[in-house]
Amino acid sequence: MLRTHAPPSQDLFDVAIIGAGVVGCAVARRFALAGARVVLIEKGSDILSGASKANSAILHTGFDAPPGSLELDLIKAGRAEYLDIRAGLNLPLVTTGALVCAWNEMEAGKLEAIAAQGRANGITALKLMTGAQARTTMPGLSERLVAAIEVEDEHVIDPWTAPLAYLTQAVALGARFLRQAELVEGRFAGEWTLSTSTGDVRALSVVNAAGLFGDVVDRRLGFAPEFEIRPRKGQFVVLDKAAFAHVPRIVLPVPTEITKGVVVCPTAFGNVLVGPTAEEQDDRVRATVETETLEALLERGAQIVPALRAMPVTAVYAGLRPASESKAYRIFTRPEQRAITLGGIRSTGLSAALGLAQHALSLHRAFDAPPLVPVEPPPVALPNLAETRERDWQTPDHGEIVCHCEMVTRREIEAALASDVPPGDFGGLKRRTRAGMGRCQGFYCNARLAQMTKGRLATALAVGDGEGS
Amino acid sequence: MSATADVIIVGGGPAGVAAAMELRRRGAGKVVLLEREPELGGATRHCSHSPFGMREFGRVYFGAAYGRRLAREAADAGVDIRTGHSVARFHGGGRLEVASAHGVETLTARRVMIATGARERPRSDRLISGDRPIGIVTTGTLQSYVAFHGLMPFRRPVIVGSELVSLSAILTCLTHGARPLALLESEPHMLAPAPFAWFPRMAGVPVHLGTRILDIRGTGRVEAIRFRRQDGVEETIPCDGVLLTGRFTPEAALFRQSEIGVDSASAGPAIDQDGRTLDPLCFASGNLLRAVETGGWAYREGRAVARALALDLAHEPVPSAPTAVTFEAPVKLVVPSLLRRQGSGEPAFRDFQLRFTHRVHGRLSLEIDGREVWAQTRTFFPERRVLVPIPEGASAAGSVRFRFREPG
Repeated sequence: MLRTHAPPSQDLFDVAIIGAGVVGCAVARRFALAGARVVLIEKGSDILSGASKANSAILHTGFDAPPGSLELDLIKAGRAEYLDIRAGLNLPLVTTGALVCAWNEMEAGKLEAIAAQGRANGITALKLMTGAQARTTMPGLSERLVAAIEVEDEHVIDPWTAPLAYLTQAVALGARFLRQAELVEGRFAGEWTLSTSTGDVRALSVVNAAGLFGDVVDRRLGFAPEFEIRPRKGQFVVLDKAAFAHVPRIVLPVPTEITKGVVVCPTAFGNVLVGPTAEEQDDRVRATVETETLEALLERGAQIVPALRAMPVTAVYAGLRPASESKAYRIFTRPEQRAITLGGIRSTGLSAALGLAQHALSLHRAFDAPPLVPVEPPPVALPNLAETRERDWQTPDHGEIVCHCEMVTRREIEAALASDVPPGDFGGLKRRTRAGMGRCQGFYCNARLAQMTKGRLATALAVGDGEGS
Repeated sequence: MSATADVIIVGGGPAGVAAAMELRRRGAGKVVLLEREPELGGATRHCSHSPFGMREFGRVYFGAAYGRRLAREAADAGVDIRTGHSVARFHGGGRLEVASAHGVETLTARRVMIATGARERPRSDRLISGDRPIGIVTTGTLQSYVAFHGLMPFRRPVIVGSELVSLSAILTCLTHGARPLALLESEPHMLAPAPFAWFPRMAGVPVHLGTRILDIRGTGRVEAIRFRRQDGVEETIPCDGVLLTGRFTPEAALFRQSEIGVDSASAGPAIDQDGRTLDPLCFASGNLLRAVETGGWAYREGRAVARALALDLAHEPVPSAPTAVTFEAPVKLVVPSLLRRQGSGEPAFRDFQLRFTHRVHGRLSLEIDGREVWAQTRTFFPERRVLVPIPEGASAAGSVRFRFREPG
């Protein structure tokens, strides 16, 4: 059965974090390293069940972030910490660089200002290029390219292993991870009592990192609403690994007021991503893909890199970004109630998560709470899934290869199932191992995975016995 | 560095095994057969309903038994069978990077034959709208649930697609406690030929033709599918699974990621009349060439290409630059799509295999160097093979072209 822990109502935690997205996982790690007793409360059956599971996996520099904004500071701090800790946690960095591409004269006219803003933001490795110059660094780009800015330090990471590493490190320090625990109500009376769908949790402080439900959670904690989440859907297409050779760099569009726009981007896993769209919607739960939108994304991708037209689609997905009525991060601190809200983390959450965690800890220092005594980071190394580095199948004694498209070994799958933060659902297993993520999407391995995961996932792959608890 | 083998064959389905045995029979020397699964047989391993082996072995086998027979025959023929060996990378020129439980090694051979078969296209590649819950699988996946693990992915699925394989899908459901609620086909007619096309209704499965899927709903498991009927009315069927059938595509990743590439029409490697690809040291056969035919068809194709390959090994000819066979819509694909000047032996392929994108009535003709040498007027159906004899002397032609004209 899925390991759900009964809430430890007898324990008093220093901090309770609501939401196990990339931000919540990073905050759990930061507070655990600071010496806090941490509990992470998640309503889904696994980490990254909401906005964090669908992003473009870019580690941003912040070159296009609003100048002087907190967002810019936190992107830079988060990025710096990622680069600092990634080797220790065995996390990849694919040093692709990015090209901000102008496809007409009007867009080209905006590049100068974008570059100036980038430099003002402290990102100096920026170069204005003609279309022809840019194409020498990436010959696959369409000849229609007019001009570009090269941003050398925009990179690609593994967007799922990174947050898993953060939480794994927190858990190694004794943090508790409660799944399928939805916050119903929080009451503050000197300490917090958080009623969840599986029982009460007591904590001195609370951090709201609930992403798409950030405003809802603030209300359930008894706060007057300071912001409103307005979900923005993004659909993505993932193209076959054969496309990777044509897309060595991140291809960014000239952004508009509303969105960073459709990106063509290599992934750490050797695929190519085209997306996201930016679609306002009211629904906070459903993130559907739509045939016409996917077709339009494929067309857009092929306009940018013509060789993509012939590439089969490996995967499609959609995610919701927790946008709000403002472009800025919606961060609030309430020292009297020892509560912090990290809201409206729209599209830079992956880059800024570690920075947001540092920021939350610094806000917490102003709280009337027992001082925390930092501890040594425990050694934690995650399995590598990036194609740019050695994978398990390349080393002996892995048992056998179960997923042939992504070359996932039996040893990797068994290790994920037995890990300190095991997958709670099939999506979680896929994100931890890549099993079933490849071009056949489980044609060959899905049945085997059904058998290997019997009784372990919230929704079993097979019906009948093995159905989740 | 000396070669690992005279010939390495990738893929232990009917085409690969038949080729391996034929090569041994013709004295090809050391023949290594690589199969990534633990057993030989390829797709026949999980096709529990289709009978196999009538033409090859003079008797009928079901599912895994056919694979075991293949393994026995191949071992007796002296084939070096290596199961659990997955080709990670094909470098062309007879070099392969191979992964097994022991790690990674580079194997080399004087010739390589790739016979990696075909599979059904997944939901993602079909760009179907909706949520992405548990319970959306292909026929191949369903049948491996049943055949290898005794499991079922759903109890009340809706079936999508009406190719022949959808009937096998219905049978698998009915014999394993699942009740298909409906069959949806986007074309205005069944793709399986009569009398098979009558089967779903006889089995009590309502058929909706000319449909378009609008939405699949479900948070954990599939909960419903919504579609627009031919008459424009939208309908929702509550169900716990969606079974995607057919729409086979070659499993051609090794080519896509190599210099050789794939043919944009067939999605498999382009081959000449001997099964030789653009890399003269590499041959291909079976369902990899153009997706799905029967196991028996693939078996015969593997054997025929092996005969040509054996001759190639013996004579070491320098193959001429190929002539590309040209065609246009509604012809979907032509195999072989290349012709090379012929040596002494008989070619592996005596016919061009054609398929159409949709049902059309009209005149199909073949022109060699601008002269019409063959023509036929009739109705052509999608996903059904059309055979056109490769004319004597075509391999020396400068242009080979298929034309199609609708009447009037």
